[in-house]
Amino acid sequence: MTVSPALDSRFRHAAATLGLLDVGYDVVESPIGELVVATSDHGLASISFDTDPKRLDRLARIAGPRVLRSPRSVDLARRELDEYFEGRRQTFDLTLDLRALPGFTITVLEELARVPYGETTTYGELARRVGHPRAARAVGTVMNRNRIPIVLPCHRVVGSTGSLTGYAGGLDRKLTLLELEGAR
Amino acid sequence: MMRSVPIPPFELFYEEHRSEVLRVLRRKLGADRAEDAFQETFLRALRAYGRLDHGEHLRAWVLTIAKNVAVDTLRRTRATTELPEQGVDDSRPAYDELSDLTAGLGPKERAAVVLRYGYDLSYDEIAAALDSSPDAARQAASTGVRRIRRRIAS
Repeated sequence: MTVSPALDSRFRHAAATLGLLDVGYDVVESPIGELVVATSDHGLASISFDTDPKRLDRLARIAGPRVLRSPRSVDLARRELDEYFEGRRQTFDLTLDLRALPGFTITVLEELARVPYGETTTYGELARRVGHPRAARAVGTVMNRNRIPIVLPCHRVVGSTGSLTGYAGGLDRKLTLLELEGAR
Repeated sequence: MMRSVPIPPFELFYEEHRSEVLRVLRRKLGADRAEDAFQETFLRALRAYGRLDHGEHLRAWVLTIAKNVAVDTLRRTRATTELPEQGVDDSRPAYDELSDLTAGLGPKERAAVVLRYGYDLSYDEIAAALDSSPDAARQAASTGVRRIRRRIAS
């Protein structure tokens, strides 16, 4: 017995409207491919380049097992991301869910959020700004594990020689984002 | 040591069981009512999902919820048949007068009396509405009438 798309979306909509979800997520189309965007009642919890359903476990670990695809849950984030990719938005107004992250990670991410649109910085510089000048490698790890890329702009962090170094979503995506922002 | 089965993200649980839940509800309720019951089933499951201790027997669990929702749906449908809305007409319809008279009866007797004498339904039709047999419907109506007579006489 196939569940019709209408019945299916009615349920998903009701679940989100009634506030029964720990995490609501949906796939958002973008110039750098499909993004899985997830929100909790604390805010934007994750943006992932990986659409593998097994990754839902990761969302459940962040906020709880009631994880459901629901377009409505990500309406706000989708709108801001669309505006960003159309070049009409340079900063995001979304509340972020950074629960369960270690203190150092949160400090680094907060500093990262201050790196302006269209500019780049280095891992070492970011480490200096958070008061741990020798922790460039640890800062790199935080960038690599950044749960909310794009909005927390780890693509703006490059190697000390200006090389792109790495990006969890792949260097192509990093380059595209920097070009979009006019930084390359 | 047995390790308990982890609770899957609700999305995976929903995708795995939604077809079977809809099939069961359609069989019990018909296509139209099955849709509301489907939504109700998974909303109930969602409400309880955060309190589950482990991910075992989730299929049996959700089918039990579906069965309960189906029972509630059938009960609601019957209650609507049993207790028609108060008429707004000046002349009080027969079923309205009967609603006072039959107030002290059990649900089955009351429904049978109201449907027979208030709505003038045949025992076959009453049986269908109550999910019972024509004989049982006739029996319920006659027991109901006997009780009402006794109460009026006393």
